[in-house]
Amino acid sequence: MKPVAQNINNSALLTVSGLEVHFTARSGFLTSLLSRETIRVRAVDGLDFNLARGEILCLAGESGSGKTTTGKAILRLVEPTGGDIFYNGENVRQFNRSRLRRFRQDAQIIFQDPYESLNPRQTVFSTVAEPLEVNRLTSSQGEKEERVAEALSDAGLNNPRELFLRYPHELSGGQRQRLAIAGGLVLKPHFIVADEPVSMLDLSIRAGILKLMVDLRDQKGISYLFITHDLSLAWLVSDRIAIMYLGKIVELGSADEVIKKPLHPYTRALVSVIPVPKRISLADKTLLKGETPDPINIPTGCRFHPRCPIKQARCREEEPLYRQVEGGRFVACHFI
Amino acid sequence: MNSALVKQETVTLWKKNFSSFWSIFRENTMGLIGLIILAIFALMAILGPYLVDISILTVDGVTQVMHPPTAGYVLGTDDLGKDILASVIIGSRVSLLVGLAATVISMVIGTLVGIVSGFYGRAVDTILMRITDVFLVIPWLPLMLVMAALLGPSLGNIIFVIGITSWAGTARIIRSQTLSIKERPYVERARAIGSGDGHIMLHHILPNVFPLIFANTVLVAAVAILSETTLSFLGMGDPTQVTWGMMLHFAFSMGAVSFGAWWWLLPPGICVVLVVLGFTFIGYALDEVLNPKLRRRDQ
Amino acid sequence: MKLLEVDNLTTYYKLKEGYVRACENISLQLDRGEAVGLVGESASGKTTAALSLVKLLPENAIIKAGRIMIDGHDISGAGEEELRKIRWKEISIIFQGAMNALNPVRRVGEQIVEALKIHEKISDKEAIRRTAELFDQVEIDPDRVREYPHEFSGGMRQRVMIAMAIACNPKIVIGDEPTTALDVMVQAQVLQLLENLRRERQMGLILITHDLSVVGETCDRVAVMYAGQIVEDGPTEKVFSDPAHPYTRALIAAFPNIEGERNLASSIPGNPPNLLYPPGGCRFHQRCSEAKAGCRDIEPAITELAPGHRACCHLLQGRVKV
Repeated sequence: MKPVAQNINNSALLTVSGLEVHFTARSGFLTSLLSRETIRVRAVDGLDFNLARGEILCLAGESGSGKTTTGKAILRLVEPTGGDIFYNGENVRQFNRSRLRRFRQDAQIIFQDPYESLNPRQTVFSTVAEPLEVNRLTSSQGEKEERVAEALSDAGLNNPRELFLRYPHELSGGQRQRLAIAGGLVLKPHFIVADEPVSMLDLSIRAGILKLMVDLRDQKGISYLFITHDLSLAWLVSDRIAIMYLGKIVELGSADEVIKKPLHPYTRALVSVIPVPKRISLADKTLLKGETPDPINIPTGCRFHPRCPIKQARCREEEPLYRQVEGGRFVACHFI
Repeated sequence: MNSALVKQETVTLWKKNFSSFWSIFRENTMGLIGLIILAIFALMAILGPYLVDISILTVDGVTQVMHPPTAGYVLGTDDLGKDILASVIIGSRVSLLVGLAATVISMVIGTLVGIVSGFYGRAVDTILMRITDVFLVIPWLPLMLVMAALLGPSLGNIIFVIGITSWAGTARIIRSQTLSIKERPYVERARAIGSGDGHIMLHHILPNVFPLIFANTVLVAAVAILSETTLSFLGMGDPTQVTWGMMLHFAFSMGAVSFGAWWWLLPPGICVVLVVLGFTFIGYALDEVLNPKLRRRDQ
Repeated sequence: MKLLEVDNLTTYYKLKEGYVRACENISLQLDRGEAVGLVGESASGKTTAALSLVKLLPENAIIKAGRIMIDGHDISGAGEEELRKIRWKEISIIFQGAMNALNPVRRVGEQIVEALKIHEKISDKEAIRRTAELFDQVEIDPDRVREYPHEFSGGMRQRVMIAMAIACNPKIVIGDEPTTALDVMVQAQVLQLLENLRRERQMGLILITHDLSVVGETCDRVAVMYAGQIVEDGPTEKVFSDPAHPYTRALIAAFPNIEGERNLASSIPGNPPNLLYPPGGCRFHQRCSEAKAGCRDIEPAITELAPGHRACCHLLQGRVKV
């Protein structure tokens, strides 16, 4: 039974309804000789959520949850195979090439790895100017330089013009991530997908980048889809958090609600293992057994049931509905 | 900083890049030796007509034929009385030119096929790679002989023949590198900001494949020069042009071996060997210089 | 007698331009069954310190000074022969990114058997039996001995590496970022495993990490490293609740704490210094919000704030906390 789709909220910036991203994988040689089955990897398997203007929504989950694929699918860097994505009321999946190009000016992405997401042979100037050139947004070199300097400055890099001719490898990890952000900011986007933007940076640098993101939201009204596996970061930065497991959202609510009063058993377990900087015992934590299974072999019924501490017979047979339990709180579990 | 300054600074940047490359390259003995050898031959080729009076190459009934080295004729004379040293110097021009022209053709085709094939994948990749496989598998010498025989003996044809039989290896290497670069996050980012395929191939794939192209070009050049020598030696070359291969061709067919005219056989052969060695040494050195150029991380 | 005693360990790397002073005057102590955490960000020198203990440093590394004593026996001057006997049998290491260190074309069990036979003279049969036992101890089904690395998940591969590290029953195990790159749930599982093993075998455990929480959960004592030096060390509880050194304080403040306020303000400006040309005086002074005039020129001495709790900072001198 399909979960009830949320009402398409036309005032929301982004509405995702029943989003699916399935990959077909080729099985091994012998297996493909002996059987006709194609393996389907159901990376994203039916998502519903809205993103309001100026909101920071976090997609949180472990590896294999499908959160990164979701972020990329919304931007059509990976093509969705089912469901709908509405941006300002328009259906993103139906954009033609030119509309998609304009969409890409409005919706940007920050990647996880500040070392690999920049072309090592492009200077700082060239990296940030490229989006302007590709979209033919400026008419003179002077204008280009102005906008590049502005973007670098907005990203917190002081004395931007002195950085123009540097190469990425001459910058520190934090500076490189700011450069990547500037590369997105230069297009004046309204929406940014941030895929683990600080997980590869040192602890002492992370806060700076996160603060930058929040400041940009406060000053320019940029909305974020913040993707992370780190729930404490999610709590620090997001307005709402959606917990994902094996391609579906199992719980959605405000950051405080989800972290301080988690409802779904998976959320409870994740919250209990959130690291805190003090001397505590591991015994106080709810350690789940095993690891997240492969999206190729999604368990029947409730996909979390094999690891769930409160599972019953029903959980193996029937998939729980994703429904609203209180205002703005959504959970998919039989027992909430 | 206004735009004129940006342009000037960019030039300085290129200079900076080159000097950092050079400071590593010059540590490599092999590379330096190769560079010196090639520099000598390049000078020889460029200054050739000024070093040698062309008239020395015309047959006058006066000079002694098949004469071993003496004063005035440092490397002796051939069967028509032409000075061997002069021939070697003049011959360097064509030999090197043909080799380099063929290399350019080969690299352009190979790079284009490699990048397009690797970037687009699927059907395009399959078709292009099957074509490449054909060219890889066909034995180049018989192919070259057949084509040279069909097209007639001229330098232009030789350049063409060498060019189209040597691009396949390059294509494979470049395709392989393209496949790897294609997956890098910065290529995905380029897509996310709205770049089209052409822009990505030109601005992201090509510059990052460039070191590989450079290293490969050098080795292809060595093979190209050797190929020209081979073809000319076998008689496929233009008999009116002086090249090292043609010199060897005439030496053999005019009985230099039985005559014991070592001064006619050795010089062109040694020149070819040295030039090939020169390119090969540089190729090895480039490999060492360009490979460990890993990005510097903060850790 | 302490299980491990390290005195003033100093290791440099030789580069064309000069020496990188990767770690200087590192002093550590470890008792049986104790766990010590070595905390630091990138380029703090913690991995160098770890590798120095097992003498598995790269070619251009030089141990300039220091004593390393295992059970009272000084190994700092030991030659390769002696080191081979010590490595893996007395002290072993789980390398950073170790879960990718398995040979993908050989069965997992074979790789442990091989490691066992290199270090101990036992028969094949015995080695296989012990391997199955090890799998059991690290909570992997012993039947999986015949599988290949790609059939294991990241967390399981890390358990295999732990199995390999404890194979010869060493007295001391060093874990270099053993849980980085693992999901948070798997991380907790692996840490619990290390905890259990430590208690059962009374092993000494040195955990190297950039993640303060890992230390908080498993280590009795912690040493905080910055730019190649230990700036503070002491009982974990004390250091976390009452940090003395400005860097430690900044690090703890930068750690998102769900039990506290939602505060994004803390971040340490600047970058760690280049250890080819380390700054004079206190190495943290350029980034320290409390730096005073003397911090730039004079290296701070060690202040003992309480028994076992020490820090190197000018601001603490003359002050002994109880």
